Amino acid sequence: MSGVRVLVGTRKGAFILTSDGKREKWDISGPHFAGWEIYHMKGSPLNPDRLYASQSSGWFGQVIQRSDDGGQTWAPVDNKFAYDGVPGTHQWYDGTPHPWEFKRVWHLEPSLTEPETVYAGIEDAALFRSADGGKSWTERSGLRGHGSGPHWQPGAGGMCLHTVILDPSDPRRIYIAISAAGAFRTDDGGQTWLPINRGLVSPQMPNPTGEVGHCVHHIAMHPSRPGVLFMQKHWDVMRSDNAGDSWQEVSGNLPTDFGFVIDVHAHEPETIYVVPIKSDQVHYPLDGQLRVYRSRTGGNEWEPLGKGLPQKDCYVNVLRDAMAVDSLDSCGVYFGTTGGQVYGSADAGDNWTPLVHDLPPVLSIEVQTLS
Amino acid sequence: MIRVEVPGHLRTLAQIHGEVTLEVEGPVTQRSILDALEARYPMLEGTLRDHVTKKRRPFIRFFACQEDFSHESPDAPLPPEVASGKEPFLIVGAIAGGS
Repeated sequence: MSGVRVLVGTRKGAFILTSDGKREKWDISGPHFAGWEIYHMKGSPLNPDRLYASQSSGWFGQVIQRSDDGGQTWAPVDNKFAYDGVPGTHQWYDGTPHPWEFKRVWHLEPSLTEPETVYAGIEDAALFRSADGGKSWTERSGLRGHGSGPHWQPGAGGMCLHTVILDPSDPRRIYIAISAAGAFRTDDGGQTWLPINRGLVSPQMPNPTGEVGHCVHHIAMHPSRPGVLFMQKHWDVMRSDNAGDSWQEVSGNLPTDFGFVIDVHAHEPETIYVVPIKSDQVHYPLDGQLRVYRSRTGGNEWEPLGKGLPQKDCYVNVLRDAMAVDSLDSCGVYFGTTGGQVYGSADAGDNWTPLVHDLPPVLSIEVQTLS
Repeated sequence: MIRVEVPGHLRTLAQIHGEVTLEVEGPVTQRSILDALEARYPMLEGTLRDHVTKKRRPFIRFFACQEDFSHESPDAPLPPEVASGKEPFLIVGAIAGGS
């Protein structure tokens, strides 16, 4: 029988929520790694029992955990993320040069084709790869070595590489995004990288249409159309139909186009989801109403989805990696909040229910559809 | 035999129960103790000091015999009571607030 496993990374540990295909009753296990920040967990698409977790702490630094039994047991693997060569500098908040320093792993992305390969997006921004299930890590230093690297600058959350998207049609093509450098693409497996930010406009920048410097919050792609990308930028929801070569704004009738998450329906490549947030000044929803917005037209035309979500006095945020979908026949959509709620919809967003509502602040959500 | 106390979170990580006892060759210093500790428990590498520079992480502190050795040279000899095992070498996560 099919089922769903929701991997929840929080400020104080990891939680695993499981249900059968009906998605009505949920079992909750955790906290795993109690007291540690879990920025991200993700399962291998080739082996759903293989999970990775990024565990970190201001006291004890970074640990990477691996499970080979679907999260029942875990073991630490290598946590050494050493930049390739002399790291050099990027820009600090005040515009002065600042040495590249490893702080944490924001995102783990297991390979679509190689069972033991996994990518890690880290702060300060760089992409690492392990070909041995996390036992050792090597930087794909062509990214940080891109000529624009010394001009990258941290966003408010740090200079994090938070998005890694692998192209299912071409294992050499990878998309990544960095706050606040922008989006980049490699077509040669990570040797060389191209900034893909044409069409983004960020009035806060000295050059609002600069090649780099944009605060990209998240990017999503439907696996059936790997050249079509959707982006939640700091402000603006964007779309590219040419693998990031150019972008156009599709914020349309959204009440605010600031936000963090964006995702795509599992079976409808033109159906996308965002959670509008009032502004970068307050980081909570408009009017105390938590609403997901759905577009069935690939952007521009959006409808609010609030049935089952709090519609008054709600002042939580939904962080950039905290939305995911399952691929059951009726697509499930899930997101977590900084208030510790995980909401799920088993009908593509029409109706929502809290799967759990008193966790620590949720940093990330990933979903595995189990057969 | 050197006695070492490890912070609770790291005891969980390394599945350590109670105090750790280590054999340390040569002078007993912060560095030699941490080298021996990491050799026994490789998963602790990077959690107490930087992988490459071996610099102490900012919120890690080292105490022994009611003294703070955190700012001493990692190669300075520790008190004979630590070297003899009479007193433990305490690795402490700083009380630093947080969320």
